[in-house]
Amino acid sequence: MASAVFLLDLKGKPLIARDYRGDIPLTAIDRFMPLLQEREEEEGTGLPVMTENGVTYLHLREKDVYMVALTRKNTNAMTLLQFLHHLSKVFTEYFKTIEEESIRDNFVIIYELLDEMMDYGVPQITEPKILQEYITQESHMLEITPRPPMAVTNAVSWRSEGISYRKNEVFLDVVESINMLVNPTGNVLSSDIQGAIKMKVYLSGMPELRLGLNDKVMFESTGRSAKGKAVEMEDIRFHQCVRLSKFESNRTISFIPPDGEFELMTYRLNTQLKPLIWCESVVESHRGRVEYMIKAKAQFKHRSTANNVEIIVPVPNDADSPKFKSTIGSVKYAPERSAFVWKIKQFQGGKEALLRAHFGLPSIRDDDPEGRPPISVKFDIPYFTTSGIQVRYLKIVEKSGYQALPWVRYITKNGDYQLRMPEPLTGGGSRLPPI
Amino acid sequence: MMNAAIQTNIARLQIMKAKVLAALRKGENYELKTELNSEYKERRKEAVRRVIANMTVGKDVSGLFTDVLKNMHTDDLEIKKLIYLYLINYAKTQPDLVILAINTFVKDAEDTNPLIRALAIRTMGCLHVQEVLDYLCDPLRKCLKDPSPYVRKTAAMCVAKVFDLNASVAEENGFVESVREALSDSNSMVVSNAVSALVEMNDMAPDHNVWSLDSNLVSKLLTAINECIEWGQIAILETLVEYVPRDEKEAENICERVLPRLQHANGSVVLTTARLLLRYEQYVRRADLLTQFSKKMVPPLITLLSSEPEIQYVALRNINIILQRHPKLLSKEIRVFFCRYNDPIYVKYEKLDVLVRICSERNTEPLLNELKEYAKEVDVDFVSRAVQAISKLAIRYDSAAEKAIQVLLELLQTKVNHIVQNVMVAIQQIVRRYPHRFDSVIEDLCEFIDDVNEPDARAAFIWILGEHSETIANISNILTSCLESFLEEEDESVQLALVSAAVKFFLKSPQQGQALVLKALQTATEKCSNPDVRDRAYIYWRLLSADPNAARSVVLAEKPPVELENADLSPQLLEELIAELGSVSSVLQKPAKLFVYKLTEKAGVPRGSDTVGMGLGDAESTLAGGSEGKGASGGAAIDTTNEGEPELLISF
Repeated sequence: MASAVFLLDLKGKPLIARDYRGDIPLTAIDRFMPLLQEREEEEGTGLPVMTENGVTYLHLREKDVYMVALTRKNTNAMTLLQFLHHLSKVFTEYFKTIEEESIRDNFVIIYELLDEMMDYGVPQITEPKILQEYITQESHMLEITPRPPMAVTNAVSWRSEGISYRKNEVFLDVVESINMLVNPTGNVLSSDIQGAIKMKVYLSGMPELRLGLNDKVMFESTGRSAKGKAVEMEDIRFHQCVRLSKFESNRTISFIPPDGEFELMTYRLNTQLKPLIWCESVVESHRGRVEYMIKAKAQFKHRSTANNVEIIVPVPNDADSPKFKSTIGSVKYAPERSAFVWKIKQFQGGKEALLRAHFGLPSIRDDDPEGRPPISVKFDIPYFTTSGIQVRYLKIVEKSGYQALPWVRYITKNGDYQLRMPEPLTGGGSRLPPI
Repeated sequence: MMNAAIQTNIARLQIMKAKVLAALRKGENYELKTELNSEYKERRKEAVRRVIANMTVGKDVSGLFTDVLKNMHTDDLEIKKLIYLYLINYAKTQPDLVILAINTFVKDAEDTNPLIRALAIRTMGCLHVQEVLDYLCDPLRKCLKDPSPYVRKTAAMCVAKVFDLNASVAEENGFVESVREALSDSNSMVVSNAVSALVEMNDMAPDHNVWSLDSNLVSKLLTAINECIEWGQIAILETLVEYVPRDEKEAENICERVLPRLQHANGSVVLTTARLLLRYEQYVRRADLLTQFSKKMVPPLITLLSSEPEIQYVALRNINIILQRHPKLLSKEIRVFFCRYNDPIYVKYEKLDVLVRICSERNTEPLLNELKEYAKEVDVDFVSRAVQAISKLAIRYDSAAEKAIQVLLELLQTKVNHIVQNVMVAIQQIVRRYPHRFDSVIEDLCEFIDDVNEPDARAAFIWILGEHSETIANISNILTSCLESFLEEEDESVQLALVSAAVKFFLKSPQQGQALVLKALQTATEKCSNPDVRDRAYIYWRLLSADPNAARSVVLAEKPPVELENADLSPQLLEELIAELGSVSSVLQKPAKLFVYKLTEKAGVPRGSDTVGMGLGDAESTLAGGSEGKGASGGAAIDTTNEGEPELLISF
C-alpha cells in the first residue's frame, strides 16, 4: 500500500505528486534526497528502501527522474517496487523516454495514469495495452468519450473483444540471452541461459492458443520418447494470460493471447556453458604505454554465424593515441566509455580473429587504483538456440474457424556477458611483438 | 521648489512601484482567474491545465477554488479529471467549499458512462472530508451494485476510504457487508479489490470483525486467484498467509493450489507465494511435501536475481532470511551470487553476505578466488567487506585458512593503501583463530610496516608483533621505531596495542625487552594525555613490579578462540520476518514496531516532537497522548517498547 507516489528531478524536487491516502504529510518527500545522501556517505550507497520517522521511501531511478513511493505501513516492499517498475514501463509506452522534460510535457496524462493505476494505494490496472484503450490524448481531441475497455469487465483482462484482422498471423521469437562470467584463464565462473518467447499476435476474435515445446518434463510425464533432444527448463515464468494451473497439472501451455506484442514466457537454464565467443587477452603496461593482444574465438557450430559482434575492451581513463591492427573487423577507440570497440560484422563458427592495440599513457599518472572492468561482448546468432529448445507446434483455435499462420524465429544473443581481464604484465622487456 | 517637485515625483514613483508589485503579486493567479471565467471553452480548458501545472510545481492556487469549480460541470473528460485532482489537493484545507462540488459529483455518479461513474465515486472517497460523507452514501450504495464491474471494483475500494473516515458510517450503511458479498462477484477485479479493501479495513480496526476467513471463503479465494490480475493475486496470497488452516489436509491443499504462482512473471507474486509456503511449514507435516515445496522455490528465487537491481536487492535481503530457515537451500547455487562488475554497490553487498552464508567447506576455494577479485575493485567499502569475508571463511572452515592466508598475502603485494589496511586486520583475526599455525608468514608482514597507516590496521599489526615477538628477528627495532611515534599516534587503540605488545615482548624475552618496556610504560604514563592508556600502563607497570609471574599468567594467558560473530537473527525475529517476507521489515531486517508509527502518530516527523506538526497534526498528537495508556483506540496500534528512547528510532 503506497500512501503517495512522487516523481522527482535529480535534486529531489517534486515534478509530480499523487497523494493516495493522506496519511503522510507531503512535505515528507523533502527528506528523501538528504536521506539518500546520508546513506551514501555512511554506507557508500543509497538504498532502494529507506525508513525515517515512520515513513518508508521506496525508489528507483530512470535517467534524471526518481520515482518514489511513500508508505507508513510495514507493507509489501517488493510489490511497491514492482509497481514502480510497471509505472515506468507504462510511461515509456506512452511517451518513449522518462526524463524530466517528458514528465513536464505530459503531466496531464501522467496524473490520469496515476489515478487509474492505483487506488487508495492499491495497484489496479497496470497493463499498458489496456490502459491505452481508454486513457489517450487523442480521444480528447476527437471528443469521443472513452469507456472502460471490455477487457476490464470480462474475465480476460488483457484482451478486448471484437478485434479483427484481415490476415491472421502469429509471430514467435525464441530469444536466448547468454549470461556469462569468465575469469582470465578461461574458467567459466557462472553461466546461464535466459530464454524468452516473444509473440506478435495479429488474430481476430478470442483465439485459444496452445504451444508445444520439446519440454523434457512433459515428455517424461506423458511417457513419450522424444525424437531428438528435449530441454529441461529450470524456471519458467509466464505472462498472466497463461493458465498456470493447467501447466502445473499437465505441462500444457494454453492461453488467450493479448493483442499485438508481448512476452509469453521466460525460462532459465543453469547449465555450464562454454563461452560462445571467447577472448583471450594479454595486457602489457609500461611507463607511458599500454598494449593489448586479444584473440577472439567463435566456439559454436561451423554452419552458424554470429552477426554484429562487438567486443568492448576497457582501457585506462587517460589512455591516448590509439593504434590498432586486427585480422578482421574494424576497431574504434571510445574514450567516453574508456574502452575500444572491436566490431566484426560476421563471425563464423570455429573461426579465430586477432587484434593488437597500443595506447599511450601520460608519464605522470594518478596513484588512485583504477578498477579492472571486464571485457564485454555483444553478438547475435540467428537460427540457433543454445539450449536446443524447439517449438513443436502452435495450435490456434477460434470459434469462427479461421486459418492462421504461425511463424517461428530463433536467435541467440549476449546477455550480461563479461570476460574478466588479466592483470597487466609490467616491467621487464616487451613480451608482445611490436605492431 | 525644486526639492518639492522631486519629492512629489519620488512619491509618484513609489505609488507606481507599489501598484506594479501588487499586480505582480496577483500576477498569474489573477490572470488565471479571468481565463477560467472566459466565455471561450478552449481558453477555460487551457486555464485549468495551467492551474494544475502550477499546483504540480507547488505554487499555491487554492485561491482559485470557486473559479475552478465553475468549470467542473463539463463533458470534457480531461478537464473533469484535472478539476477532480484539484479538489483532492485542496479539499482538506477548504472543506466548506467542497460542498459546492457535491452536486456535480452526485450527478456524475449517475452518468451513463461507467468511466465517469467510477471517477466520481473514486474521487469523492479521496477527498477525505467528513462533510462529503453524507452525500457519498447514496451514490456509493448504487455503485456497489452497478452493472459495470469497473464501477463495482472502484466502489469496493471506496468503502475502505469511507471506513477510514468513519467506520460506523461504513458499517451501519451495510457497505462493509456489500464488500464481503463482492468476494463472490463474477469479476475477478472486483474480487481482488474487495479483498484489498477488507484487509485495509481490518488493519484499521482489528476489533471490528470486518471479516474472518473460514474454509469456505478460502476455497473461494483459491479459485479466484487463478483469474485475478497480479496485484489481486498478491492480496489474496497475503491474506492466506494469515489464515490458520483447519487441519493438515487443508494446509496441504492450499500449498498445492498456490504452488503454480511461483511461475508468475511478477517477482512480488513469487516472493509472497514463498512467504506462504514457508509460513505453512508449521501446518504441513509430510516431509516429502515439504521438500517438494522448498525445492520448487529455488529456481524462481534465483530468477529474481535477473530482475532490475531494486528487485534484486529486496530478493537478496529476503533470500538471506530464507537461508536462516533453510541453510542448505541454495548451497548448490553459489555461483549465481557472484558479483558482476556493474552490479550496483548495494546489490554487491547483499550478494557478498549471501555468498559467505551459503559457502560450504567444499566451495571455499572458488569463493576465496572470487573474493580476491572483489578485493581489487575500486570501491573502498566493498573491498573492505570482501577482505572481511575472506577472514570469516578462514575462521569458519579450518581447511580454508591456508588458502585464505595465501590470498591475503597476494593482496598485500598490490600495496594499494586501503587493501593493505583491511588485509592486516583480516590476518590478525585468522592468526588469532589459529595460534602459531602461520608463524612462517609473520616475518613477511614486517616489510609492510610503513604501508600500515590506519589505526585499526596498525593496532592489528602491533598486536601481531606482540604475539609473535619471539619469531621476529629484529622485533626490538621495529617496536622501538613504533614507540618513537607513540605520541603522534592519533588513536588510542594503537597506543593500547603498543603498550601491550611491549609488555608481551618483555615477558617473552626479558633481556632484550627491558629497556623497551620501560620506555613504553614511561611514555604512556607520563606523556600520554589519554586516561585509558595511562591507566592500562600503570596496571601493567604495577603488575610487572609486583609479580612478573602473575603478569605472565595474565598477559600471556591463553585466549579463548575467536568465534564468528553470529549474523543470524534471533529465532523470534526470524519467525516474524518469515511471516512478513517481501515487506519493508524483511528488507530492513527489523521488527515492524521499530519503524512503523502508530496510527495516532504523525508520520514524517521524529517521534515525540509534537510541536513540529501544525494545526491538525497537533490535535492528533495530543489525542495520541491521551489514549496511549488505554492502548490506542481503534487501530493496529503496536506496543512500542522503546517508547522512552526516541533517538534510537530516528533512522536505520
